[in-house]
Amino acid sequence: MKISRLFSRKFPLSALVLVLLLASVTVYAAEKTFQVPRPPFSEGVFPCTQCHKYFKANPKRRVLTEYHTEIVLHHAEGERWCTDCHNLLNRDKLRLVSGDLVDFSESYRLCGQCHGDKYRDWKVGVHGKRTGFWNGDKQYLLCVHCHNPHDPKFKSLKPLPPPVRPGAARH
Amino acid sequence: MSDNKKNSYDQHRSRRKFLKGVAAGVGLIALPGKDASASLWEEFFQKHFKELSKDELKAVIGRLEAKYSSQFDKKVTVKTTLPIEGVRYGYALDLSRCIGCRRCVYACVKENNQSRDPQIHWIRVMQLDKEKGVDLSRAEHYYNPEQVPEKGHFYMPVQCQQCEKPPCTKVCPVQATWKEKDGIVVVDYNWCIGCRYCMAACPYGARHFNWGTPGLPKAEMNPVTHYLGNRPRPRGVVEKCTFCVQRTREQPGRYPACEEICPVGARKFGNLLDPESEIRYLIEHKRVFILKEELNTQPKFFYFYAT
Repeated sequence: MKISRLFSRKFPLSALVLVLLLASVTVYAAEKTFQVPRPPFSEGVFPCTQCHKYFKANPKRRVLTEYHTEIVLHHAEGERWCTDCHNLLNRDKLRLVSGDLVDFSESYRLCGQCHGDKYRDWKVGVHGKRTGFWNGDKQYLLCVHCHNPHDPKFKSLKPLPPPVRPGAARH
Repeated sequence: MSDNKKNSYDQHRSRRKFLKGVAAGVGLIALPGKDASASLWEEFFQKHFKELSKDELKAVIGRLEAKYSSQFDKKVTVKTTLPIEGVRYGYALDLSRCIGCRRCVYACVKENNQSRDPQIHWIRVMQLDKEKGVDLSRAEHYYNPEQVPEKGHFYMPVQCQQCEKPPCTKVCPVQATWKEKDGIVVVDYNWCIGCRYCMAACPYGARHFNWGTPGLPKAEMNPVTHYLGNRPRPRGVVEKCTFCVQRTREQPGRYPACEEICPVGARKFGNLLDPESEIRYLIEHKRVFILKEELNTQPKFFYFYAT
């Protein structure tokens, strides 16, 4: 219904807008975006606006007591607050320093603002894990697939068992 | 006189008898036993891998596939994929990222059908002292704490360095091991006589010997194999890392199993001849070193620091 209306009466204008939009998206995609899996949201948390539309935006720095209490910021916490990265008015987007809004699937642009050296390495495939084919399609991971953005240090792991010492099996 | 004559005749006869006996004995020994098929003959008289004609190779592969399939109760394929033109494989490992979790060691075992018991690992992860740097005399590879990385340490996985000038292939008395066009050093397990000279020649401890019959559970056996790579090995032959030749020579080629499993993305793999590859980028832009450079083995396995 909606689409048919869009194309019937105001056809020339909306079609033009659509074409321009598509063109800009493709040009943009060719240059900047990377093939990544879905961001690792906690279950049921996205889209953020499903809850945040009921709350008045409050930019004040404070200790969270009702919601998101599990998030303990350990990432330059002295200088940082939620809305430095999460856009205040549209919670489904992230916000760059420039004021530009980016999707969660492009969060590397946000991280790259401070971690430019890592961002540069990540783009050429030197920092971070890549899977796929060495001479074919490669899949990148987002920064946040390995680094929790609120506590980015890579977590330690239990090592798999050491090799058997020679002769140990016989005794 | 006549006695003498008779004696020499007897001697002659007995020598003939003796030779006959020897021939029969040798024949009996060489004859396949009751349950062995003609394939034993074929296997024994199989030519060197590089000298096989197309038809002979086909027969060899058919014989091996049938043998492994019945041995492991599943359809096993043995590939003979040739090197890709214009490709020379290179590997790089970021020492500033590796946390020593050994995921690569076991991914390799699984992919490449190493013997579980007796245990064979193609990758050895060494724990080193940050203060002492890359000092192999202080390396510890039996470390087993609750969590890695441990404070004050860094980790250095070592596997076959796929040398441009491999000392191991030079010493093989039967040419059962050689460097392929894409730089991978391979072993023909059907030609190896198990003398282990190559193990003595390798400065990286990258070659491993099947002292016992490999213990490879049927359920864990990877049925996608390459003749020069991860096909099941017999007792008494040497084996080594092949950069997962069964994966990397495909079009498109998958990454080696160790690269794919690494949880920190420390492992990088690609074509050294492709100026656009990540391996070339990091060699040109990062601090890179090769292990035991002074030996002039010219490894194609690079260690680097991304930071």
